[in-house]
Amino acid sequence: MEIWVSQIFNGLSVSSILLLIALGLAITFGLMRVINMAHGEFIMIGAYGAYMTQQIFKSTLPKSLFDAYFPVAILASFVIAFAIGYLLEVTLIRFLYGRPLDSLLATWGVGLMLQQLARSIFGAPNVAVASPSWLDGGLTIFTGVVLPYKRLFIIGLVALCLFAMYMYIYRSNAGRRMRAVMQNRDMAACLGISTRRVDSFTFAIGSGIAGIAGCALTLIGPIGPSIGTYYIVDAFMVVVLGGVGKLVGTVAGALGIGVFNTLFEWWTDASLGKVLVFLCIVAFLQWKPMGMFAVRTRSLD
Amino acid sequence: MLSSAILPRRIWLLIGYAVAAAALFSAPLYLNDFRLNLLAKCLAFAIVALGLDLLWGYTGILSLGHGVFFGLGAYAMAMHLKLVSSGSRLPDFMDWMGLTKLPWFWEPFKSFAFAAAMGIIIPAGLALLLGFFTFRNRIRGVYFTILTQALVIITVTLFVGQQAYTGGTNGLTGYTKMFGYSLKSDTAKTMVYLVTVAALILAFLLCRYLVKSRFGKVLRAIRDGENRTRFLGYDPSSYQMAAFAVSAGLAGVAGMLFVLHVGIISPTMMAIVPSIEMVLLVAIGGRGTLVGAVIGAVIMTQAKSELSASYPDFWLFLLGALFIVVTVFLPGGIVGLIRQLRQMITRRRNENELNLNSIVPKSNGIV
Amino acid sequence: MNSTSILSCQKVTVSFDGFKAVQDMSLELAAGELRFLIGPNGAGKTTMLDAICGKVKPAAGSVAFHGKKGTVDVTRRKEHEIAQLGIGRKFQTPSIFSGLTVEENLEIAMSQKRGVWSTLRASMKKIDQERIDAELELIGLGDKKRLRAGLLSHGEKQWLEIGMMLLQEPEILLLDEPVAGMTDKETDKTGELLQEIVRKRTVVVVEHDMEFVRNFASKVTVMHEGKLLKEGSMDEVQRDDRVAEVYLGRKRRDYDVVSSTA
Repeated sequence: MEIWVSQIFNGLSVSSILLLIALGLAITFGLMRVINMAHGEFIMIGAYGAYMTQQIFKSTLPKSLFDAYFPVAILASFVIAFAIGYLLEVTLIRFLYGRPLDSLLATWGVGLMLQQLARSIFGAPNVAVASPSWLDGGLTIFTGVVLPYKRLFIIGLVALCLFAMYMYIYRSNAGRRMRAVMQNRDMAACLGISTRRVDSFTFAIGSGIAGIAGCALTLIGPIGPSIGTYYIVDAFMVVVLGGVGKLVGTVAGALGIGVFNTLFEWWTDASLGKVLVFLCIVAFLQWKPMGMFAVRTRSLD
Repeated sequence: MLSSAILPRRIWLLIGYAVAAAALFSAPLYLNDFRLNLLAKCLAFAIVALGLDLLWGYTGILSLGHGVFFGLGAYAMAMHLKLVSSGSRLPDFMDWMGLTKLPWFWEPFKSFAFAAAMGIIIPAGLALLLGFFTFRNRIRGVYFTILTQALVIITVTLFVGQQAYTGGTNGLTGYTKMFGYSLKSDTAKTMVYLVTVAALILAFLLCRYLVKSRFGKVLRAIRDGENRTRFLGYDPSSYQMAAFAVSAGLAGVAGMLFVLHVGIISPTMMAIVPSIEMVLLVAIGGRGTLVGAVIGAVIMTQAKSELSASYPDFWLFLLGALFIVVTVFLPGGIVGLIRQLRQMITRRRNENELNLNSIVPKSNGIV
Repeated sequence: MNSTSILSCQKVTVSFDGFKAVQDMSLELAAGELRFLIGPNGAGKTTMLDAICGKVKPAAGSVAFHGKKGTVDVTRRKEHEIAQLGIGRKFQTPSIFSGLTVEENLEIAMSQKRGVWSTLRASMKKIDQERIDAELELIGLGDKKRLRAGLLSHGEKQWLEIGMMLLQEPEILLLDEPVAGMTDKETDKTGELLQEIVRKRTVVVVEHDMEFVRNFASKVTVMHEGKLLKEGSMDEVQRDDRVAEVYLGRKRRDYDVVSSTA
């Protein structure tokens, strides 16, 4: 029983991070038909953003204020990733709209360059980010089951981001414009929506969220230039499984993959667990080829 | 008027092919060991590139999983070499992992013919299986591409994890003999090289036949409008499966040859980065043209060998930049660029003559 | 069901996430007939064609095809099987293969065995080449046969597609607005092609252009809101009050609008 609870809890925390990463992917793919393989590098950017914030706190501020660095780091990660994402959209991505396979290759190149850049700046070895002391320890539910505060914090952070995204997409004017472009780009443009601005802004938000995910990852372990590549493929699987165009699909996909990944790895071993998850995804797609929640269209191709 | 324009070109092409084949076959006479080995590697990758081009350039399916098929071919050959080199003893890594008996599925790899057959059948079969479960359900485009990338991840994790059966991270290496001959001898190296040239020529001819046949036209039709082909009565999934399987089989062949040249295969060689580099070979050379795939493979493999050893950091930057430049500015690759230049020249020449240019097919930027 | 019937749709219902685009629609086609399917936007005309050719699966009802290979309920078949049985479909927007030449487009459309093995070994026989050349002549693209089809004009693409449909030799041909977006001259030529097509097979045409429909003396089926409203000759249909109300009453406004049908 105890082990079940902690395994499912672990699965949930993996899911929550996957969700944060997949959110940006799903939105950019749904909106612009662009596959952003450099998305993983925004995780890396966010993680190094947190690292740099910590370094600045260490060197300039008194020790007593050190624990306050983390909220600042979250904000910094978001802002840096947002800015770089915006830059990337304006300079490259907009030339690749509607060409998913080409965008995939080009952004993979971007990812490679960003990784190499990080290696040149921060060095190839992983760096550790010390977690704030108020996240040490854990919540004891009953004997034998301790839920670490760090992971609880991550789940809470993800829930907050999700809520913010929900409010943005479904309750704000900017979100309404975004959904309009997503459903019918030409029509939205005719109605006076600047699709260009919606695109770059949305892409930047997706990147920023990945940055937050990177910041959260610093709580779990050391970070390195290629940290993004560990998560990116799983995040893509979330999008494939969940379907494109609805937030709830991404949530369901992330929950499914995160929990099953953890459970399978616990039952078998890490390598067989991954194979089983992959087989489950392929099996699921036999039943629902477009993912759990797909928006149907009537066009021929 | 058309035939007179096409006929000389055909002859020129034929002469070009003949010269290229002669140059390749005679390379052992004028290249040193290192160069010959490098060229052999290039040619092995050219075989993968041909297969990928058939799939991506002609059928419109992008696979980021060809490293796996390449690796499976390579492992099949490496298993045979490992067994032959170990003689009657258990392969060394199995010994270290505490195995006392050769696993049953290793047993038949003692036969070269079996190993060589498996080097094609296993990759092609896996492709057929994956294709069956995806194409039939109309999982395509980026969805399919992402699944192939996931296939890479799980295969690599599996090969690393099952150390006792696969050699783990180190892979399979340390083999010395084949058919009782030492692999290190010059004769053996030349033979392996010549076999590679022959394999490349066969692969090229096979792909050329496929592309020129009506089958190839249907593949291109599927690329342009998959659903439309259904209403003509074609089942795109069977065509896509066939193209995927042929493509994977060719990657397997390349993998087998690669092991003979390099003497090692490990999971890193079939991971995500090598897989996507294989795609770049085709993109650089020019997708949708078989010559382009070969040219791209030879140039890129040479460049990688020159640059990645001396400037590893710079190489990764360059690789990244190449991906961006080729997809955004040069969708036709080198061959596309040459075609455009040639068209510009002929257009200028024909400006006052009959406007025949519309007849020349333009290099196509395939999405 | 009479003996010359070639297609009988019984109470076909198609629903998209709860919305019933076609409801209890029945349609009976006699062999060799030319039938026009008309109705205001959103009447379900295109969806009805989709249901017949397998693009959508009806939620209820049956579509029985009495072809050369016996009677088959096509709602249980996949698109390519339906096409092989002998039901051809032309979509509203020209959907030719832009990367293939005009000639290659016709070559793969030509009626033949469609399996992987067959196309791998297929060679261009003299008789096939003659068929293709004759078709090129008919659609007037003989001098453009080596041109990439993507470079053709809109009208030429439509004719190429009609040519492909003819070489496919279906027993039933479903045409969705074949003259939409065409100039008057192109429309006339398409009309001639259509007359040619009709001589040999059963044809269903979805059309908005009433002048075009009037050129053919044939049966008209009017759909409205996914249901059958009226069936009969053009004159009968025009005299019907309900038709006038939902469709012809709005004719003036709909007349020049080239819009997508839903």
